[in-house]
Parts: sequence; C-alpha cells; structure tokens
Amino acid sequence: MLKLNEQVYDAIRRHGEEAYPYECCGVLLGQSVDGVNEVEDAVRAGNVRTDSARNRYQIAPQELIKIQRQGRERGMDVVGFYHSHPDHPARWSKTDFAEAHWLGCSYVITAVEEGVAQSTNSFLLTGTSEENKAFEDEAVEVAALEAERC
Amino acid sequence: MKILIPTPLRVYSDKQDTVSVNATTVGEALDALTAKHPDLKKHLYSEEGKLRSFVNVYLNDEDIRYLPEKDETKVSDKDALSIIPSIAGGC
Repeated sequence: MLKLNEQVYDAIRRHGEEAYPYECCGVLLGQSVDGVNEVEDAVRAGNVRTDSARNRYQIAPQELIKIQRQGRERGMDVVGFYHSHPDHPARWSKTDFAEAHWLGCSYVITAVEEGVAQSTNSFLLTGTSEENKAFEDEAVEVAALEAERC
Repeated sequence: MKILIPTPLRVYSDKQDTVSVNATTVGEALDALTAKHPDLKKHLYSEEGKLRSFVNVYLNDEDIRYLPEKDETKVSDKDALSIIPSIAGGC
C-alpha cells in the first residue's frame, strides 16, 4: 500500500498538469514500514529526456543522489517515484517496466488529459531481482490534512 | 570510505543504508563491499562481471564509468560512493 497526504497527492498531480504536454517526474521520500510505503514528501526532478519528453522521462542520477542525500539528512528514504502520462492512461507501459529497477518501491503514474490530471495509480515493483521483477497494482491511501489548531 | 546503499539493495546489506570499507581505489571499495555482502554481487554485476547497465556508481558527484582511471581512481576516507539504479520510463 502507498500512503500519502492530500498535500503531497495534489502536488504530484499539479506537477503533471504544469509539465503538460511533457512528462513530469519526481521522487517520493518517506518510510517503508511493513510493506507500506509511507510518503512524507514528493520532490520534483527534471526530465532529462528532452529529446522525447512527451512520452519519456528520466531522472539524472546526479539529481537522484542529491535528492536521496537531502532525504537522508531529513530522516527519509526513497520509497518511490512518480511521473505523468500526457494523454495516456495511468497504467504502466512496457517502457516503464523495462526501466524499473527499484524493487520494493512505488511507481505512481498520473494520466493528464489536455492539461488536466485524471486518474492517479500506483504500482509496486515486486520481486527479488531484475529477472523476476513484476509490477503489482497498489492501493493508494490519501489522508486528509488535519486542520491546524488555533 | 562510505558506500551508500539504495533502498532496494538494503535487503542484501543487512538493512544498512551505508557500508564502510577500507579501500584505496574505487575498484577495491566495490570488491570490499561485495566481500562483506556477497549477495549484492549478482545485483550489481552481470555474469560477465561488468556493472549492470542500469546500475550507476558515483564517486561523490562523478559517474565512475567516465572517470579517466575508472576502477583505479584513488579514493580517501572522505569520499563517498553512491550506488544508484537508474530511473526512467514513459508511456
């Protein structure tokens, strides 16, 4: 299961809308506890696939290292990634699967149609190695933010 | 020196996010890592013994594939190696 709060969920979807018609991408930081990936923050990353940004994304390793380092300093791990599918369903593609290597992490995809975010789905990359990996549909729990007390 | 282990590989490093090794070169550091945690080896290297194409290893902010001396690059205790699987995809 993937758990995230409303603010993070909205930020992921808004990023997809802002990047349209190109794919957006980012990193989900938080904790993985008993098979549940709990997201505390979503960090935007640049899409370095400028040659084909409408249907491809890639995060530069240097940027990922930096985000990972900053996450560790805040006590958070990389628990997943997100990207958008402009004018395409929120389902993983063959390319998504071939390029997925972070076993145990959540891959969140938001479909963006004509600039407006539609479905957001998550897929858990299961398996113990590159040879037996698989994507599984993953439940997404969005928690409402508690109202601030006066 | 420190070697930073990414989330998916920690199951093979006794759940440690950082492994400390004594080494004078990048190659020695990676050898020390897989000697300490042998299960990591097949996840980092192909059967031919080369780094898997999707596994990136950075010495501080430099990809070791592009360092002039590659595995023979000298390291000190202040350096950090980051193992970082690639992240990409698309519809």
